[in-house]
Amino acid sequence: MEKLYKILKYTFITLWTVFIVAPFLWAVSTSFKDFQSVNSKVTYIPWLDFEPTLEGWRVLVKSPARGGVDIVEPYFNSIFVTCTASLISIVLGTLAAYALSRFTFKAGFVRNNDITFFFISQRIMPPIVLSIPFFIFLSTIGLLDSLLGLVVVYIVLLMPIAVWIMVDFFNRVPKELDETALIDGCNPYQAFYKVVLPNSIPGLIVAGMFCIIFGWIDFFFAFILTFTEVQLLPVKVVALNSSITPWWSLSASALISVAPLIIVAFVVERYLSKGNLSGALK
Amino acid sequence: MNFKHKYIFLFPGLFVLIGILIFPIIFTIRLSLSGWNSYTPEMNFIGITNYIRLFTDDPRFWESFFRLSFLSVSTVILQYIIGFALALMVWREIKFKRFFRVIFLIPMMTTPVIMTVIWRTFFHESLGPVNDLLGHIGIGPILWLSDPVIAKFTVIIVEVWQWTPFMFLLLLAGLLSLPKEPFLAAAIDGASTFRKFVYVTFPLMAPISIGAIIIRLIEASKIMDTVFVLTSGGPGTATETSSFYIYIKGLREFQMGYAATLSFTYLVIMIISLTIIAKVLTKLMIKE
Repeated sequence: MEKLYKILKYTFITLWTVFIVAPFLWAVSTSFKDFQSVNSKVTYIPWLDFEPTLEGWRVLVKSPARGGVDIVEPYFNSIFVTCTASLISIVLGTLAAYALSRFTFKAGFVRNNDITFFFISQRIMPPIVLSIPFFIFLSTIGLLDSLLGLVVVYIVLLMPIAVWIMVDFFNRVPKELDETALIDGCNPYQAFYKVVLPNSIPGLIVAGMFCIIFGWIDFFFAFILTFTEVQLLPVKVVALNSSITPWWSLSASALISVAPLIIVAFVVERYLSKGNLSGALK
Repeated sequence: MNFKHKYIFLFPGLFVLIGILIFPIIFTIRLSLSGWNSYTPEMNFIGITNYIRLFTDDPRFWESFFRLSFLSVSTVILQYIIGFALALMVWREIKFKRFFRVIFLIPMMTTPVIMTVIWRTFFHESLGPVNDLLGHIGIGPILWLSDPVIAKFTVIIVEVWQWTPFMFLLLLAGLLSLPKEPFLAAAIDGASTFRKFVYVTFPLMAPISIGAIIIRLIEASKIMDTVFVLTSGGPGTATETSSFYIYIKGLREFQMGYAATLSFTYLVIMIISLTIIAKVLTKLMIKE
């Protein structure tokens, strides 16, 4: 019985790993192909099935004028928008989460839990509902097709995540910690800044990782709110996906775009294995 | 604890969020009462005409809504079962535990639209590897993207690939935070692996499961990127979801007023149904 379970377990893990890795392997292989080896028949292994070429990768850094795709600028745009919006969301979200975890708020029938729910419930909002008003709002204030406009929109996407993770995290940081600091003569700001914050670094990192993930993978807002001046990475890559798709440069750009966040997977796993995540995610 | 400057902590975040959101919401409601389209791009007032149109004369919206419900509920159920199984498998000691944990997490770190572009070449009906490999063992060719029924399953496969890791992460984090004592007690009683799961692990995991399922349902109900790139709602309207239909009405046909009506109705339905689902799940999974 135990033996059967073990066999099943390893079979399942192997199959799932193959399923996860398959599209990446396919993309790696495709990125070294040329028109001939994509369109004649299905090929898999370089040298054996087809003659590899670096054209798909070379195109990425050429300027459009010379027939390239130039993903360097969208790359930096994406990094800038994601990091700025994540940073603002973490700062504002952490402050609000600390307030919601430690102090009591009362306004009419509204209590702490209702405010927390208000923050988190913003994730329910389907992007499409926001996209039309944001489109008109940003064009009114002249921020359509600009990095700043996207940062503003991304804050709405990311702050709920920061609040969600941090409220839960602060609830697990013992209150005695702040109280001791207060008795030792700190004012509440110092207690937060000097004592609570340094003890919350795992929570902050997890929250930061999640903000970066959900900022980096957004496509829809970038697609609707930017056109020519500013382009983010996903929009640029998807734009390649036209009627005659250059599969090779598409695969190469896709691999480059997803690469930085794979590092995040390692960081998240580290915190998971150390047990820090269990408090931060629930 | 009370502190008179407590508002200084709360208000910056709260007001930024409200400030950015209040305009879109009020604007959507107002816009939904107007006939703004590409011929008359202005904020006139036509009362509830749009709402009447939606409730009496737009089966396509309701079809897209039921399709969305089917897609999101089925993907989340699959993600929960697979995610839970994976989490259980790498929870305790196993060879290369941390390696598998990283591998299982990777898909959620990748941009859905970009991976979907890859999936599209992967499932390409004549040049993709899936049909080629299936062809070698005598199956197919399967019309992954152009058959109305199979296209739905292709969307589900891609969604399961993309988001099972998130479910896995939430459930594994939950498993790792469980107290040890109940498991010791079960071990002393000599309970089998299966009984341990049914009587100890699963009940302890119920609250975490509910949280994870609801978070995933919320995210899955916004499914858009995958459909957009993989099938563009097609063939016909076979994979068209609510968001995608609203997108077509609003930003392709520029019937802004009507799209706002759809958006607002959709938002209200989402909030109500997710609240009900949360309540029902809590009742079902937590036995007093």
